Amino acid sequence: MQGVCSAAAAMAVELYLDLLSQPCRSVLIFAKKNNIPHEVKQVSLMDGEQHREDFGKVSLIRKVPALQDGDFCLAESPAILLYLARKFKTPDHWYPADLQQCARIDEYLSWQHCAIRLHGSKVFWLKLMIPEVLHVEVPKEKMDAAVEELNGSLKLLEEKFLQDRPFIAGDHISLADLVAIVEVMQPVAAGLDVFGGRPKLSAWRDRVQAAIGKELFDEVHQTVMGSQERVKVMDGSKLEFSKAKILKFFM
Amino acid sequence: MMELYLDLHSQPCRSVFLFAKAVGIPFEFKLVELSAGHQYSEEFGKINIMRKVPVMKDGSFVLTESVAILKYMLQKHSSSVADHWYPADLQQRACVNEYLSWQHMNLRAQGSKVFLLRALFPVIMGSEVPKEKMDAAVQDLNQSLQMLEDKFLQNKPFIVGDKISLADLVAIVEIMQPVATGLDLFEGRPKLTTWRERVKKAIGEKLFAEAHEVIMKVGSLPQKMENNSNLELLKPKFQKLFS
Repeated sequence: MQGVCSAAAAMAVELYLDLLSQPCRSVLIFAKKNNIPHEVKQVSLMDGEQHREDFGKVSLIRKVPALQDGDFCLAESPAILLYLARKFKTPDHWYPADLQQCARIDEYLSWQHCAIRLHGSKVFWLKLMIPEVLHVEVPKEKMDAAVEELNGSLKLLEEKFLQDRPFIAGDHISLADLVAIVEVMQPVAAGLDVFGGRPKLSAWRDRVQAAIGKELFDEVHQTVMGSQERVKVMDGSKLEFSKAKILKFFM
Repeated sequence: MMELYLDLHSQPCRSVFLFAKAVGIPFEFKLVELSAGHQYSEEFGKINIMRKVPVMKDGSFVLTESVAILKYMLQKHSSSVADHWYPADLQQRACVNEYLSWQHMNLRAQGSKVFLLRALFPVIMGSEVPKEKMDAAVQDLNQSLQMLEDKFLQNKPFIVGDKISLADLVAIVEIMQPVATGLDLFEGRPKLTTWRERVKKAIGEKLFAEAHEVIMKVGSLPQKMENNSNLELLKPKFQKLFS
């Protein structure tokens, strides 16, 4: 993940990431796929590193991902992705010049915040992190309701955003598919069988993985996909500082 | 002519309406009265399966999500829309996008929640809002307003430098939602107050007032809703939000 050669270091952007976080994964995949010179700075959310003073200078919002390019700091993955795409002149299909295709991507990037992103995150926390790391029991109705909401979002992803197109904006992968896939993988990492009984979604996933490159996709998802194993051996004091906030938000 | 399906009670409808009018983009206003349940009509379902507003229809091209609609209108009419709305400058544009992304789950979510609790909780749930629920929602909203001031505005006249952009437009309509219920969010916030005045001036005071006319009369909303059969359809959705 590190390993930027010294010649490119001067023009490398700094990416503050924790690969447990979905939007960090879309940013890293995009940077690597497009050979954008970058240096990864790890910010361990489990250890509360987003609250460090030095990270506060990069982003007052104290969330990951964050980008630093010289003196310029930027938060929010859609903004970071659009910035990188423009600055490094990535291939058109990621964010086409075509008015309607571009609008389809903007539409998805906007909708997903309070839909798939929210619902997928909720399932990840309720199914895995809250019971296994915070040791708080999650009532069955809450879990069922969260899965039902996620199902609703997945249905819209298939029926409205994909329809019978290979990718969200048409024939080629774009920022929309990238942002979508990393969010869909989050509940998968918690052990929910998202793709079972969803052949259209599975076929889309396969296309997206092939377009990104399976090796790169798996590499970036390695950390989160190890979550179920990791929580078994995780130190119980992790996340205590955020416990109240997490429970308030998800429960 | 481009059609905009709108209900000006809705914040994102107001940003789309204000932008189109402010920059002179002609459109046909198609009212979708949310309190009367028009979003559940078969006709509207064909326009938008998600049954939400705003929706834009440009010929056969249908688009949802206000941020996408704003950018589409802007790009389509780029030769006549001033640069400051969505600057061509790489970093300035990134700052607009940063705000537009952040606001969904922050100012928009919290402002909406406070609005719904104050304006609709009693008529939907048949009781007053529990104090701790209201206090928690207002506290969250205050945190977002603090972030708007400390990170997004800082000492600048507008979110991205010297001129109004899509970011300020989207921000102001969201703040006006809880304000419309009688909550004075600008009290004790001189920086935010002067920003609001700058934004209103840049949009046009008269146009700003026109767009906010219905929401400022939100006091009459509970009665309108009580008399309407679609209240039963709306109840489960709100109950989930309020629980």
